[in-house]
Amino acid sequence: MEGRLTGWGRTAPTTARICAPTTAAEARDAVRAAGERGTLARGLGRSYGDAAQNAGGTVLDMTALARVLALDLEQGLVTCEAGVSLDRLMRLLLPFGWFVPVTPGTRYVTVGGAVGADIHGKNHHVSGSFGRHVTRMRLLTAGGEEVEVAPGEELFDATTGGMGLTGVILDATIRLLPVATSLMSVDTERAADLDDLMQRLEATDHRYRYSVAWIDLVARGAATGRAVLTRGDHATLDALTPRQRLDPLAFRPRSLPPAPRGIPGGLLRTATVGAFNELWYRRAPRDRRGQLQRIGAFFHPLDGVPEWNRVYGPGGFLQYQFVVPYGREAALRSIVEQLSRHGCPSFLAVLKRFGEGGPGWLSFPMPGWTLALDLPASVPGLGPLLDRLDEQVLAAGGRVYLAKDSRMRPQTLAAMYPGLADFRALRERIDPRGVFTSDLARRLAL
Amino acid sequence: MMNALGDPQSLLVLGGSSEIGLATARRLVGSRVEVVHLAGRPSPALDAAAAELRALGAQVHVHDFDARAVDTHETVLGKIFAEGDIDVALLAFGVLGDQERDEREPLAAAAVAQVNYLGAVTSGLLCAQALRRQGHGALVVLSSVAGERARRSNFIYGSTKAGLDAFAQGLGDSLHGSGARVMVVRPGFVRTRMTEGLPEAPLATTAEAVAEAVVGGLRRGSETVWVPGALRFVMSGLRHLPRAVFRRLPV
Ligand SMILES: Cc1cc2nc3c(=O)[nH]c(=O)nc-3n(C[C@H](O)[C@H](O)[C@H](O)COP(=O)(O)OP(=O)(O)OC[C@H]3O[C@@H](n4cnc5c(N)ncnc54)[C@H](O)[C@@H]3O)c2cc1C
Ligand SMILES: NC(=O)c1ccc[n+]([C@@H]2O[C@H](COP(=O)([O-])OP(=O)(O)OC[C@H]3O[C@@H](n4cnc5c(N)ncnc54)[C@H](OP(=O)(O)O)[C@@H]3O)[C@@H](O)[C@H]2O)c1
Repeated sequence: MEGRLTGWGRTAPTTARICAPTTAAEARDAVRAAGERGTLARGLGRSYGDAAQNAGGTVLDMTALARVLALDLEQGLVTCEAGVSLDRLMRLLLPFGWFVPVTPGTRYVTVGGAVGADIHGKNHHVSGSFGRHVTRMRLLTAGGEEVEVAPGEELFDATTGGMGLTGVILDATIRLLPVATSLMSVDTERAADLDDLMQRLEATDHRYRYSVAWIDLVARGAATGRAVLTRGDHATLDALTPRQRLDPLAFRPRSLPPAPRGIPGGLLRTATVGAFNELWYRRAPRDRRGQLQRIGAFFHPLDGVPEWNRVYGPGGFLQYQFVVPYGREAALRSIVEQLSRHGCPSFLAVLKRFGEGGPGWLSFPMPGWTLALDLPASVPGLGPLLDRLDEQVLAAGGRVYLAKDSRMRPQTLAAMYPGLADFRALRERIDPRGVFTSDLARRLAL
Repeated sequence: MMNALGDPQSLLVLGGSSEIGLATARRLVGSRVEVVHLAGRPSPALDAAAAELRALGAQVHVHDFDARAVDTHETVLGKIFAEGDIDVALLAFGVLGDQERDEREPLAAAAVAQVNYLGAVTSGLLCAQALRRQGHGALVVLSSVAGERARRSNFIYGSTKAGLDAFAQGLGDSLHGSGARVMVVRPGFVRTRMTEGLPEAPLATTAEAVAEAVVGGLRRGSETVWVPGALRFVMSGLRHLPRAVFRRLPV
């Protein structure tokens, strides 16, 4: 079936033949039948840009390859096919007292996508990225062979963060996190400005397993970078009320109706967004400790509104996420000021501190500050602004996240990822015909 | 690939020495375009265009292409598309002709039609096929307001543009759902060598303004672009004037 595909940002659509293998054998046949425009695995399409598109070629919709193959409740290990979503894993595992080791800001990502982008969560400073918790994978290579790969091996490290370009992940084994309850114990505090925020994060982040700050980028002047910090951990049993203790592992996330279709562009103006951000900041508690929150509210607040990406109208939107190393706070501060001065109607930007990077060749996280924000594609002057920021990120020794990118220059990307040369060489060797490719790979010459 | 902000990376200009084509290429090279293919009849103007774009940092490939040699189009375009994806193909070749001479010499009139219409049919179809195979890309066709309603003073050129315009619209519809698309551009009087020495029409514009409108249209994903924009309303008025009145208009 021919289909038009975009990423979550709904920009730059292209058309591909979509097939949805339900077994590894079907996936293998599809890879073997790939034409000259190649093939690519796609998960739930939650990457923002063109990472999961392959114009004119084949795209394997992996969401039908979604069986849980083995569950070791003693050791906390799950083996599942790549199309299984983290939402599904949470529903399955929480009642047994296990949680996924890393979750992004949405539960609707697949295991394949989580490995492909080597995703990080609010616990990166403690737990690292997703790849660290994968103990083995089965990969379908360009020749249609199935190979087992394990941490420490070249192909494993090229695949975690490899954006689907080394092969199709068929299944993976993931080490889980034991939890006593399905609730989160959360501390919330407000920071008056960016310096205040960075100080608080630096001083006390190590006390929390999960930590993130939401920054208001619309506020100007002295309030630039005012923020709300939310940090916490899985609640212990004794933190629960007697009623909650009756079913401490309950997990029944609720969902609102999807965002309506046909929302016109231009709805999100700086003024509207500014008012929203003001309200949000005022409503956040100045300082509150040990509040119990549900997993959905703490990790995935946006999942409550399915298809919220339509809010940005037909022009779509993009997310800009970068990291700059510790010690380069001046670059971060300057970028935040430029974004705020440009008057971008961005709801909230997320700031977080990363821990050690993983071994993935194209993996994004490195020790430093990471900032992520959504921007409507229609913001005037957005292209040149982000190009300038790219240069500053690069000069500071940082990088931009491939899973969010939809607009970078190939040269900038190459300078940000020193592992790219090895990555290209490996692909040349194991996939000389270029069976695996994507719009992202074409755009950035990966 | 076209990025999220509508900036392409590779460009093909058919009629590589066209002033409007060059102005557009200059602008696109200023954003993301790195590879430019200029297809045209060998000439100093074509070489100069290539040199200018190279100086701006683009990787430029020049190809022999004659719009009237329709039986060569498949080979020429096949070679160009084999070198890599084309994000935007700009169909910029065209001749104005000389209405008085062309009325006297029907073969000269046929030459205008051969370039503006027949040459566009073959090369347009071939580009569309290639873009369809790519699953993405835009074919930008330089039509003209002259095709919107043929005038006594240049109906030969006007009729070729009318044919081209209708062809391009239909081609765009045929590409619906393929990932590729067609954008029809309808400039009014543009000050280029094509119109040199002719009396200026109202709302006359420049090659730079057309280029800007093309880039804006690509960003917005437009199907039709008028340059200047006001012509859209002027032409919708003129279109419905009774023949007897239209014939007597000083245009
Ligand atoms: C609201 C929201 C919040 C987010 N928050 C975060 C966050 O906090 N941290 C973070 O790191 N990311 C975050 N993301 C990004 C998201 O986690 C990643 O883009 C993730 O890769 C999406 O997974 P997916 O299943 O949708 O994969 P897709 O977007 O479909 O694909 C992503 C990449 O993985 C590859 N891939 C998918 N399946 C396979 C497979 N079986 N084999 C090989 N390659 C495969 C694809 O080819 C593609 O290159 C967020 C996204 C959204 C929409
Ligand atoms: N200028 C205007 O007022 C105006 C208004 C509306 C639409 N347009 C259209 O815009 C397009 C570009 O025009 P322009 O203003 O940029 O004029 P231009 O500079 O004269 O460009 C016309 C181009 O067509 C090429 N060409 C002519 N015959 C050809 C052939 N047989 N094979 C290959 N190429 C051929 C010319 O190349 P050579 O050097 O080989 O001749 C030249 O590059 C044309 O289609 C024109 O009809 C122009």
